[in-house]
Amino acid sequence: MLVFIIRRLLQAALVVAVMSVLVFVGIYLIGDPLAILASPEATEIDREEIARALGLDRPLWEQYMAFIGSAFIGEFGKSFVFGQPAMGLILERMPATLELAFTATIMAFCIGVPLGVYAGLRHETAAAQTIMAGSILGFSLPNFWVGLMLIMIFAVQLGWMPASGRGPTIEVLGIQLSIFSAKGWHHILLPAITLALSKCALIIRLARATAREVMLMDYVKFARAKGLSERRVVGVHILKNIMVPVATVTGLELGALIAFAVITETIFSWPGMGKLLIDSITQLDRPVIVAYLIVVVFMLVAINLIVDILYSVLDPRVRLGGAQ
Amino acid sequence: MSEMTAPAPAPAPAPAPAAASETPLLRIWREFAESKVALFGLALFLLSILAALLAPWITPQNPYDLATLDIMDSRMPPGSVSMDNLVFLLGSDGQGRDMLSAMLYGLRISLFVGVVAVALALAIGAVAGIAAAYLGGHVDTLIMRIVDIQLSFPAILVALILLAVLGNGVDKVIIALVTVQWAYFARAARGAALVERNKEYVEAARCLGLKRPRILLRHLLPNCMPALIVIGTVDIARAITLEATLSFLGLGVPVTEPSLGMLIANGFDYLLSGVYWISMFPGIALTIVIVAINLVGDRLRDVLNPRLKR
Repeated sequence: MLVFIIRRLLQAALVVAVMSVLVFVGIYLIGDPLAILASPEATEIDREEIARALGLDRPLWEQYMAFIGSAFIGEFGKSFVFGQPAMGLILERMPATLELAFTATIMAFCIGVPLGVYAGLRHETAAAQTIMAGSILGFSLPNFWVGLMLIMIFAVQLGWMPASGRGPTIEVLGIQLSIFSAKGWHHILLPAITLALSKCALIIRLARATAREVMLMDYVKFARAKGLSERRVVGVHILKNIMVPVATVTGLELGALIAFAVITETIFSWPGMGKLLIDSITQLDRPVIVAYLIVVVFMLVAINLIVDILYSVLDPRVRLGGAQ
Repeated sequence: MSEMTAPAPAPAPAPAPAAASETPLLRIWREFAESKVALFGLALFLLSILAALLAPWITPQNPYDLATLDIMDSRMPPGSVSMDNLVFLLGSDGQGRDMLSAMLYGLRISLFVGVVAVALALAIGAVAGIAAAYLGGHVDTLIMRIVDIQLSFPAILVALILLAVLGNGVDKVIIALVTVQWAYFARAARGAALVERNKEYVEAARCLGLKRPRILLRHLLPNCMPALIVIGTVDIARAITLEATLSFLGLGVPVTEPSLGMLIANGFDYLLSGVYWISMFPGIALTIVIVAINLVGDRLRDVLNPRLKR
């Protein structure tokens, strides 16, 4: 187990290193941040001064080494645009993104599992067919377009929901969250639905497929033969065994959801780190882009690791080998 | 697409059961056609390809020809009549473009990007995956490690960063899509090739003294194609969605070649003032195409999956 964890962490470190070089070089190649940062009236001397202040006058490899050096002590450079530490900017916006991603995941899970199990157990009925047709539509609909249509219907036409922003936040355990106030829910509902939709479709399909498999297992037949009530058979014997794959996939998809929040946040002007990434890309704010990537890679690795470990706990048949 | 599918079915040694006299392709078609929904999807998909190909001849207006556009016609609701007596069936956009024409041209770009990207990704992934399976050892470890690491990243993020580095352009979007998608094919091809590798025809080919590249490309590849085609079909839908998403963020195709995603993005600016049609109709078109492809892919998976053979 320990070997497994160490191997994973080493792999993650390697990925982060490779990625940071690629991004560093890539962004260096596309453009000069100075052209955006310095005002058009700035003299040559002003420009040189800005370049020196940001370390942009040195050769690329020196900039990169300086970046790596400070990265090891937790310094990821200052944002060119905001003038604040890049990592601080990301961390400041992280709760908003995580709040959105978790709300969407829980929504997708709570709606997807019952629908999927129902569709699996009663797969001949019209209701089940409708659920499955809906799920195909669910992951075929372009996510960002769904967001726009929700804004159009609920914010513009009906005026029920706000079209953008996060609304008031309440501090819980030192973190600013909006899900604890009615107003906050008003704001989070549309983006969370947008984000949850395709995951919900995925969970429905997965839950249905596993339910159909589990249904035929001997222990389910045995439970029925014992004369257990249908509720107990489904609620305990079937549901418990479905949870392993469904929970695994839901967990793994959390990473994708955080990445996808970039789009949802842009549409709904949700002040999370995804929106910061898009803004930073358009402004060539290199330190913020690199810091974002490092945070996300770290989160992805952590999520994968936790899911793998949980999986081996939930399902005793799985052994995490140090070998291939 | 044609560049990929053409060489595929020809050399496949057909292990046809003695009773059936029909060719494998015919059998696949017959089983595919058993599902009315899948046929409907296929018809829709072919129709959209046809519409995209014929766009210059069937659209009421050339949306790129600035001379025919009139700013007075901008943001007209569906069904209104333009200054030069053209009926905007689906309304007009901010520049006075007929939405229907813009959408058909956009569909052209969306489909082109999706199909070309998937074809390239399939080609690269198939070769990498089959090579990994057949050669084994270090080659296998290296290729599959790269695949694993890449698949642990959300596609959207990789594409986003790549395009941030590469800049806008149809070719660059295709590069980004190929980069994120080749890994799916590599993994599937390796899986299929590992099974095929130990079959007798491969051994026979080896005994004949055929060269490795020939065995890989002429013997293993065709037999791995069914699995790859299934993924490829669904992947076209995924590529089109991804392209639309990237273009929506302003990181995809350039303004001069608006895909469906770009059209939706253009409409976003007017959405809050109640001008819904600029965003809505391209989105519906996009959804129809994606649903159609997914329906076909779903059915193909059932038909081509050897585990579900009746």
